[in-house]
Amino acid sequence: MREYTERALDVAQGKGATYADIRIVRRENQNITVKNGVVQTLSLDDDFGFGIRVIADGAWGFASSNRLTQEEIERIAAQAVTIAKASALVKQHDVEIGPPEAHVDIYKTPFEVDPFEVSLEDKLDELAAADKEARGVAGIAIAESSMGFLRETKTFASTEGSFIEQELLESGLGIVVRAVGEGEMQQRSYPNSFGRHQGTAGYEFIKQWDLPGNARQAAEEAVALLSAPQCPSKTTTLILDGPQLALQVHESCGHPIELDRVYGTEAAYAGTSFLTPEKFGTFRYGSDIVNIVADAVTPTGLGSYGYDDEGVPGQSADIVKNGMFVGYLTSRESASQLRKTHPDAPERSNGTMRADGWNRVPIIRMNNVSLQPGDCTLDEMIADTKDGIYMLTNKSWSIDDKRLNFQFGTELAYEVKDGKLGQMVKNATYTGITPQFWGGCDAICNRDHWNVWGTPNCGKGQPGQTAHTGHGTAPARFRNVQVGLMQ
Amino acid sequence: MVGKARLKEIAELALSAARADQTEVLINAQDAALTRFAANAIHQNVSETDISVRIRSITGNKVGVASSNDIQEASILKLVQKAETIASFQQENPGIAPLPEPQTVAEIDAYDAATAECSPARRAESVGAVLEASREQGLVASGAFSTDVQETLIANSKGVLAYHCGTMADMMTVVMSDDSSGYAAGSAQNVDDLDTAAIGRIAIDKAIRSREPTAIDPGAYTVILEEDAVSTMLFFLGYLGFGGLAVQEGRSFMSGHLGEKVTGDNITIWDDGTDSRTVAIPFDFEGVPKQKTLLMENGVACNAVYDSFTAAREAGKTSTGHALPQPNTMGPIPINLVMQPGELSKEELISSTERGIFVTRFHYVNPVHPVKAILTGMTRDGTFLIENGKISRPLKNLRFTQSILEAFAHAVLSNDQTTVKLGFGNLAACVPAAKIEGFQFTGATEF
Repeated sequence: MREYTERALDVAQGKGATYADIRIVRRENQNITVKNGVVQTLSLDDDFGFGIRVIADGAWGFASSNRLTQEEIERIAAQAVTIAKASALVKQHDVEIGPPEAHVDIYKTPFEVDPFEVSLEDKLDELAAADKEARGVAGIAIAESSMGFLRETKTFASTEGSFIEQELLESGLGIVVRAVGEGEMQQRSYPNSFGRHQGTAGYEFIKQWDLPGNARQAAEEAVALLSAPQCPSKTTTLILDGPQLALQVHESCGHPIELDRVYGTEAAYAGTSFLTPEKFGTFRYGSDIVNIVADAVTPTGLGSYGYDDEGVPGQSADIVKNGMFVGYLTSRESASQLRKTHPDAPERSNGTMRADGWNRVPIIRMNNVSLQPGDCTLDEMIADTKDGIYMLTNKSWSIDDKRLNFQFGTELAYEVKDGKLGQMVKNATYTGITPQFWGGCDAICNRDHWNVWGTPNCGKGQPGQTAHTGHGTAPARFRNVQVGLMQ
Repeated sequence: MVGKARLKEIAELALSAARADQTEVLINAQDAALTRFAANAIHQNVSETDISVRIRSITGNKVGVASSNDIQEASILKLVQKAETIASFQQENPGIAPLPEPQTVAEIDAYDAATAECSPARRAESVGAVLEASREQGLVASGAFSTDVQETLIANSKGVLAYHCGTMADMMTVVMSDDSSGYAAGSAQNVDDLDTAAIGRIAIDKAIRSREPTAIDPGAYTVILEEDAVSTMLFFLGYLGFGGLAVQEGRSFMSGHLGEKVTGDNITIWDDGTDSRTVAIPFDFEGVPKQKTLLMENGVACNAVYDSFTAAREAGKTSTGHALPQPNTMGPIPINLVMQPGELSKEELISSTERGIFVTRFHYVNPVHPVKAILTGMTRDGTFLIENGKISRPLKNLRFTQSILEAFAHAVLSNDQTTVKLGFGNLAACVPAAKIEGFQFTGATEF
């Protein structure tokens, strides 16, 4: 690859770039879906290309192509510089990206069993077994189980001297079952919603989560939900399970700490953030027990990698410490910008710039943004709750463009009465304002309940990009929450 | 741009190498460029050249799919083999529909050379004018201006061969002050027809008028929804309810209710892939000609849209030309939606409102109860109070939780329509504005 990367960087510099980097990326995807006993999709998708990012005349340009030849490298490098010079026509100031990053390294996702080496028969058998278990429950109309595997190999090189090769591997699985009644559809997902739970791991991840062994319970719950009463509307104590809390962290913490959003670069699309720079280090985000960390190093985390797509090492950073907001997710450019108003801020990026493939420019994306565990068990938490609702597994989500007002719906919920789980209720929703909600967090379960959940569908950017992020959570309790708006 | 001849050559190579009973080749090629701006400067400026080839092999009742963006001859031959190997691992799928037979496909002239060749400097010039106009008002502009060429070719071993090439220019912008924002957007097949300065002016005007917003209690209000907000509701009706598979699986509000009144008398909705007011393309992802399909007439649920798979599951049905790339678990959906307009102008909708809320657009909308078509989301970028027939003051944003069908049961529609791109591929809707009584706002935010 060096002959291509060196040529790209030489041409870009020759055309006037003061900085350039190139990413050459191959993605191999295998997706299998079994729906109601039939293999619905079985596909192998291969995608390859390169993208060149430059700074010329103090502004950014990016161009990309699926044809890796010396001629195309030269054309695209020149095109990236032309685009950058067009950007410079309306610039306000020159782009600054802070101190140089020069790394020569190789990173590979740790795994035990290469999922691409496991036979299709074995995978289909596993899905068929889960499907059979689910549809063995009377009242199930739709059962859809799936596996997905991704291998991404990428080479990054820059004019600062970096040459980084990475091979990232992901494995995912899930089942969603649906029961349909008159004017009503109820669903349960295992291990998580959004079709599947995913991690940076090999096929051992599939075995660990045991789809066939958990499909029946999911199906029974979906059928039971059809005749369950509606979730009551009231202000009460709310307990969230790990998967729902993972999305709560994603939406109400992960997005507002993206420093590009804070500086308005996503304003027209995804929005901005209430965590504006003057709040950095001084704002109470949540109660004293709320500690949130962003890292790229949690084993099996869907946001784990060796280097980001600017060639900055994956690392760990405090985001919320004892309830105080102390850190952003940064890029090289935004970290430099923050230092101008906050000289105490870290000099270097914390390595969260990622691109959705070769044909997209890197933007700040969550890695594993995780709520640190507390010290109680779930049983203790419920026993300590006089009146409330326990909600499990996300079904619906929405949040405003500064990430303050949110509303979530969950697949399943139970009333909590006098320290015990009560009746199942359906169509549960809750709503709140981010800092007030996290301010009401008064208990978090311990590390035995903690798991890093994968969110494989995070959308951001124009043209649209989908990122894979991780969120470590254990069940937690929140006081004075409005639940059950739907009549 | 690759061109029909070269794409056809790739398809013929794949089909000639195929050994399966039936083979389909789907090729998408694009040259896309996007200039993104924020904080009054261009911060992301990108271009992309790509082509993807997707092979669907069917032998007996077994299907395999493989795709790649490598179009060298050896790679195409390997791709065909890969799809056939995958199919051989499949279990028998008795529900599989055969590939469509060839039909006459209309050609739509949707290519404009100026758009295809639009330079980054020209995009920067248009963006610069919006930025300058915003700066003059002490405002900050963000947004994106894109120009692209998209080519699609579908061929199968039964003789289907369909090709379409189209260009598109899009601009959207959000202009902000410290406490307000305004939004505007537009699309055109020909970049020369896109009035980017006007888009900037509309957004700037709204950003100025929405300064110093005040809070209002959530509750049921009469609303005037601008076209962008109406199009969001229409998109979700299509996504949740108008697809044949959703109806068959009982996931749709139309399941068991076809032929019944489900919303207001004045609500008539159809899908027409050849309507140039949407992003027209004459065939679907199986190469079947798109049929104009009446989905709802005078509030009565009429028809769903079908692909070959869902049509084969119902007696007497044929594909209406609404397939997504097959096979998939989502089923067919309409992507060229049109809503029949009403009789009053948008101004008359406002002047006839004693007290209500004017909504520019919605943000982060998602279903809460899919079968009842209940959505939740936020207002954004220009929310105003209407008093005594006039917009009186800007409001802080609100959360709604509302059934679309119940909303449309109390809707008065404006007499003109606007095309709104929906942000997902080529989804577009041509819709009027709407005045709706009793629209449920269930929460409020701080800005």
